[in-house]
Amino acid sequence: MADAAGPSGRDLISALKRAGVRHIAALPDITTSAGLLWPLSEDPDLTLIRLSKEDEGVSICAALSYCDKRAVLLMQQTGLMDSLNNIRAVACENEQPVCMLVGLLGKEPDKAPSESASFGVRIVEPVLDAMEIDHILIEEPNDVAQLPAAIDRAYETSRPMVALIGRRVEP
Amino acid sequence: MQRLACFEKIRDARGGAIVVATYTSAFEWHRVDPDPRNFVSVGAMGQASSHALGFAIGLPEQKIIVLDGDGSLLMNLSTLTTIANAAPKNLVHFVVENGTYEANGGHPTPAQGTADFAGMASAAGYAEAHAYEGLNQFATDLPDLLAAPGPVFAALKVEAGDAPPLNYDYGWLHHADRRREFREAVRPLLSD
Repeated sequence: MADAAGPSGRDLISALKRAGVRHIAALPDITTSAGLLWPLSEDPDLTLIRLSKEDEGVSICAALSYCDKRAVLLMQQTGLMDSLNNIRAVACENEQPVCMLVGLLGKEPDKAPSESASFGVRIVEPVLDAMEIDHILIEEPNDVAQLPAAIDRAYETSRPMVALIGRRVEP
Repeated sequence: MQRLACFEKIRDARGGAIVVATYTSAFEWHRVDPDPRNFVSVGAMGQASSHALGFAIGLPEQKIIVLDGDGSLLMNLSTLTTIANAAPKNLVHFVVENGTYEANGGHPTPAQGTADFAGMASAAGYAEAHAYEGLNQFATDLPDLLAAPGPVFAALKVEAGDAPPLNYDYGWLHHADRRREFREAVRPLLSD
């Protein structure tokens, strides 16, 4: 059986632009590397900030919001876990609109994150729920349509948002 | 030299720069130069320079000064390569180096007496990196540090301790009013 289709990187980039995002802070993640990070790194309308560690991106995105510039932090769920303390401080307690695109490395394409055999995948949504962070799941091509509204919501409420990428992004 | 004296020199040369200050430096800086363009809501320890990078990218015509601590920088050393790669010309990164975790009991950092922070910044790719042990030389060089194309780094080797003693008012530091005041202060700087 063929793998289930993942979201399109082209559609994701269009959705980000529709939401007014022009800055991407990123550390490579294999789920989004070929389909999203490489194309956006070559997009002249977007500024890519290459991170050495993911939690730097939380602060960078928050700082850009004070400058009226929308940004997203692109990373893997391991980077999300590593960044939780800064997300707690900057995004949650300081109420800043930090938007994150998080590739779920190791998630089975046909399973919900909560049903994954991978502990690291299975705990992501419960952790986000415990931190009261808005999150959406992007697995299929049609799921991308949720993204602009989720980003708008984050900036309108000045709260964090996580878009989980559950399948490998297609170019 | 003393941190307070260094900060008084930076205050005098600040112009209209945005200053991002962290923890002990934030309390000291606020005592020296209370100003709505001070940003102190840096979140987790070590994140002052990452906020400063975001401001430097978002406000490229505005000088951004970060007042970091050595313990804070140790907790986010990766910031050096990220800043060097982004190469903001408007960013000046001061690290107040007293070799201790001053806000947490004065314990020594693992870098005390051994690490070369200016060397690290230089090796990471900062445009300039300097270390100062004497106030006179720092005061002499400060205008050039602030005028040079960044990212510029300067380690300020200071005595541990504060005089007069600081009031570590974390309620003030973390209050939402600090962020509201800063947001209002930078609004006139935003382009259409």
